[in-house]
Order: sequence, then structure tokens, then C-alpha cells
Amino acid sequence: MSKKVALNKAPVEEKQHPMEKILRMDRIPHIWCSTCGIGTTVTALAMALDQLGLDLNKVAILSGIGCTGRVAGYLKLDSFHTTHGRSIPFAFGLHIARPDMKVIVFSGDGDLISIGGNHFIHTARRNADMTVICVNNFIYAMTGGQVAPTTPTTARSATSPYGCYEHPFNLPLLAASSGAVYVARWTALHIRRLANSIKEAIAKPGFSFVEVVAPCSTLYARLNKLGTGLDLMKFYHDNSVIKHGADPKEIDIDYQSQIIVGKFVDIDKPPYIECFNAGNKRVFGDKFKPYGGGNGSN
Amino acid sequence: MKADPQNVLVGAHYLDGNHACGEGGIAAGCKFFAGYPITPSTEIAERVSRRFPLIGGVFVQMEDELASMNAILGASWGGKKSMTCTSGPGFSLMMENFGLGLMLETPCVLVNVQRGGPSTGLPTLPGQADMMQARWGSHGDYEVIALAPDSPQESFELTIHAFNLSEKYRMPVLIMTDECVGHMTEKVVIPPPEEIELVERKYSDVPPGEAWPYMEFDGEVSPMLPVGEGHKFHITGLTHDIRGYPVINSEAQHLNTRHLIDKVKKHADDIIWLEEKDIDGADVVVMAYGISSRVMQPAIAKAKKEGIKVGQIKMVTVWPFPEKRVKELAEKVKAMIMVEMNWGQVYLEMERCIAGKCEAHLIGHGGGTVHNPEDIYNTIKEAVK
Repeated sequence: MSKKVALNKAPVEEKQHPMEKILRMDRIPHIWCSTCGIGTTVTALAMALDQLGLDLNKVAILSGIGCTGRVAGYLKLDSFHTTHGRSIPFAFGLHIARPDMKVIVFSGDGDLISIGGNHFIHTARRNADMTVICVNNFIYAMTGGQVAPTTPTTARSATSPYGCYEHPFNLPLLAASSGAVYVARWTALHIRRLANSIKEAIAKPGFSFVEVVAPCSTLYARLNKLGTGLDLMKFYHDNSVIKHGADPKEIDIDYQSQIIVGKFVDIDKPPYIECFNAGNKRVFGDKFKPYGGGNGSN
Repeated sequence: MKADPQNVLVGAHYLDGNHACGEGGIAAGCKFFAGYPITPSTEIAERVSRRFPLIGGVFVQMEDELASMNAILGASWGGKKSMTCTSGPGFSLMMENFGLGLMLETPCVLVNVQRGGPSTGLPTLPGQADMMQARWGSHGDYEVIALAPDSPQESFELTIHAFNLSEKYRMPVLIMTDECVGHMTEKVVIPPPEEIELVERKYSDVPPGEAWPYMEFDGEVSPMLPVGEGHKFHITGLTHDIRGYPVINSEAQHLNTRHLIDKVKKHADDIIWLEEKDIDGADVVVMAYGISSRVMQPAIAKAKKEGIKVGQIKMVTVWPFPEKRVKELAEKVKAMIMVEMNWGQVYLEMERCIAGKCEAHLIGHGGGTVHNPEDIYNTIKEAVK
């Protein structure tokens, strides 16, 4: 039998991970590939939450399915990993029940915009007070790199092997035209600007939307021979042009071309619960007690 | 706990089953309703949308049934008693996240006012053909609780009962009513709030940092964790352990699915609710649920008048199926008959439990209208020959 020999090691100082406050360390390592853009986006969210100084007990995070869908599972918040495309309506119910909480949906382009597209536009239309962060990697990554409603025309994917020939969605335009009051787009390397936008989005009453153009190193980069994830991340960053206030109609993303980033929409419009209260107050007057959520009757 | 007086319209009313169902939900303390219009269920949503503003509830008409089901799950985790209603096509859409509700162990109530199917089928006419969908319509292995009211009065009472079961067993509960009951107007007596017993949600008293969303996967019910209180818990539709963390292997799958199944199976005696009549000494027992249990009455009365020893079981709960009771009776009677407005769904369970010990008869019907009692009478006569 071999004997375990105690090695004479210098005592290692226990170092705390800088994001320990927000990460579920018992779930790390995460499943994401190296140089995936989701990680930096999570970092940006962590920075935003930290800078906002929010009571983290009152922040809920929800994800759907897919690579980005795993975000909720790694964050030390009340966190909900729902079904494919359904995190927004789940978040909507949670928001109505607990309007005192900040509700953040963090998911991918396929989840939020394809299968969950109807929920996305309607929740934006209602201007429900929540923040939706969409990591757009132009592809269904978790399932192996299939074509998405965001795949740029001519880009190759596992199910568009000869190049995508459909027109992709322009996400900021979709969000803005559906009624979102705050719309921004950054790439995964614009960490500080992204964190700032997420901060503004969370602070903004109403439906706020932040798109993050991010590389899928394992599938999109490989299928399109675009180098490593880091190459692609740099490409997106270096080929982006900051144009705050740009008309969302003018910011389509073409295959490996310029990406317009910035804050496109920042308007004021009463959020859902305010409308609910105003609508009922108009009819019932003082008989109506403004809805404030909480447990049981208000 | 007793019902909140502000939620209870005490007195005798003239209501249809759908309105009564809405009142049942309100009396049970439902404060969030997310729905999508669909015939013949819409009156439930209409009733609730009218009643909610002055009692602190929120009604939201969602973009579709997928959203409705998800929104009530979210609101339930947010601490609100929540419900939705639909009919066949919408029920199909809700199945996806009915499964999520079961997996996350989320209390809520889903009402299906059944119409004829498949597909768009008979929007304005009755059916009872979603019973197997109620049992198996979402993918995977699980058990469900489904109740079937036969009148507006029962629609009121069983909606309260459904909320109570959903809180007690921490799961979505189904009310499988139908167009006949939904649109039938009768006297509904709403009792004073102190006579309405409510089961309130159990929250964990384990301090934040030490509590998990599930206690043990042993078929018992764990208290829920409240949101916003620092528990910072995680829940997922993936196969998970008691921490709510995903675990993708067969051992975790075994524990998780057995738990969801045992939670109902272990408590089947508490959940199952049958109304039996004239069973002792019966030669033939007729089983039915919902509207069919009323339609069979003239046939049974006629058969009894002729001296046929016929007993009856009205299944107030259809799922879980009363296996034990049917097995017992199969040893004692000559025949058992299932009356249902479909071509044999709950009948399959009855036949399985009878296992050849007595005759099994189905009085099926495609829906669109209720059975002709004469058909039921003829089958009873045939069975005792």
C-alpha cells in the first residue's frame, strides 16, 4: 500500500475570487468554452450590480435554454432556469408578484428572439419593468451551431452549411419598435461600456434591452473559419463604431462587417404597473388601492 | 386558515360553471391570473378581470398560453396564488410549462374547460377527451392531480380545493371541467369566509445560506423558499438535486422523477376523492366524472327501478386514478362501466386495474353533446345479462 506523504508546502494564502460575491462558487467551473463571450458579459453584469449598490437579495435573474441560458445557474441571486424561450413570461409573473425586486433576464438570441420572440415583443410592448440582456452569438451554440434568426446572411452554420440566405433580425430595431424604453448594443469586449449600459438599463423603469455581440469560439468561429474565439472577439470590437442615438433602422449586422454599437434608445414611458394603477384609478377612483405587490393582498 | 372576507361573495348566486370557477379561485385567495382567450373557457378570465381590481389582484391577458402558464409559475414563486384557464388547443400549448411547474414544484391551478378535439375540433361544444393529455401531455415521467366538477357549485368548491391541494403538495393542479359545466347556469351558494378552509403555503424557516429549495427527494413535500429574502436559491427545469442544481446523470434522474411520482402516489389516499353510492351488493358499478356523472343518473335510476343492483362512483378526482378501489371492486362485482365523453381514455386505467377480474365496459362518445342516458341504460342491462 502506498503511503501518502505530506509535502512540505508553503501555506497558500486563501484568495477570494473577485466575483465571489455574485458567483455560485460551488458551481464553478462553468460549462462555457474558453474565449466564449458570455463570461465577459457576466462580468459586466457583476460590475453593474456592484456599481449600482443594489441589495442583491432583491435581484432575481432568469434564463431560458442554451449556452447563455446557463447564466442564471452561476449567479448567487434568486435564480430561475426556465424552459426554452420562456424566461420573459416567467420573469413577468415574478415581476408582477414582486415589483420591489429587480428582475433581469439573461439569455441568448435563439432563446429570446426565435422561440421566445412573441414573449419578447409583447413584454416590451407592455413596458414591464425588467432588463433583458441578450448575448447574440449568431448561432444556436448549445445544440451544435445551427442557424438562428440572427445569423448574418452568408454565414455558415450546422444547418446552413452553404451559407445562410435568410434575412436576420436586427435586435435593437425589434426591441425599439416593440416599445422598449432603453436599447443598447455592445460587443463582448466593450466590458466597461457594456457594464455602464447594463447599469443604466437596470436603473431604467420599464423594459430595457441590451444586446451583446459575442463570439462563439467553438462553433461559429470554426464553421466560418474565423480563427479563435479571441480573434473573433477582437474582430467584433475592432470593427465596431460607437454611434449613440443611431437610428435602429440603420444598424443591421452583416456578415463580418462593421457593427454599430452604442445606446440607441433612452426614453420615458410609464411601465406596466404604473399603467395598471392609472387605468384602474381612472375608473374606480379612491376605491382602488394602487397595486404595490408583496405577499397576499396589497 | 380561513378565506379573506374581501374575496368572498357570500350568498346564493345564479352562475355558470366558468364564473363559479373564477369565484372559487378568488375565494381561495388567487391574486394573479394570466390567461389567453379561448372558447369555452373565457368567462373565467372575464369574471376574474372584472373582480380583481378592487381586491388587490392582477389579471393579465397574455400573448399566448405558453406565456400564461409561465407567468403564473413566476408569480407563484413571487408569492401569489396564481391560476390560468384554457381549453384543448391552449391546453396543448400549456403542457410544456405545466411540466416545468411539476419539475420546479410550483403551486398553481390550471383549468381546462374541455371541448371537442383533436386540433380546433368543436370550440363551442363539450368533450372529455383531454383526460389522457392531462395525465401524460407534458413529456417525461410524473404524476398529476386532476379534479372534475359536475356543476357550477362544484366548479366553485373544487377550484378552492385545487388551490388547497396545490399548496399542500406544492404542484400545479388541474381542473378538468367541460363546456357543459362551464356554460351551465345553476344556483351557487357561496358560504361565509369563516366556512372556507384554505391551505396556506409553507415557507422554509431555515435561515438564508443554509436552505435549499428542496429538502429530500423522498416523496414528501418541502416547504418553499421565498424570493427576495436572501436565500439566493436556484431552481431549474433540468434534472436537479435538492439544492436545485442541475445534475445530468441517471442516478439524479432516478431520485428526481421518483420523488415527483411518489409525492402523489404516497399521498394518493389523501388526494383521491370518490363519491360512491349503492356499492354494497352491487352487480354492476358505473364510473364517471364531470358532466357524465350527472348524465348517467336517469339511466341508473331506470335500471334500479327494474331491480338491477347498480352502484355508482363519481370520480371527483380522476388523477391519480383510484387503482386500489377499482381493484377491490373488480373482485366483487360482475361488471364495471366507464361513461366518458371520449372514445376510451380513463376507461383504459379502469380496464387495467380490473385486469380481467370482472367485465369492463366503455360507454364512449365523441363529444359535441352529452351521452344519451338510454345508451348508458342499455349497457347496464347488457352487463348484468
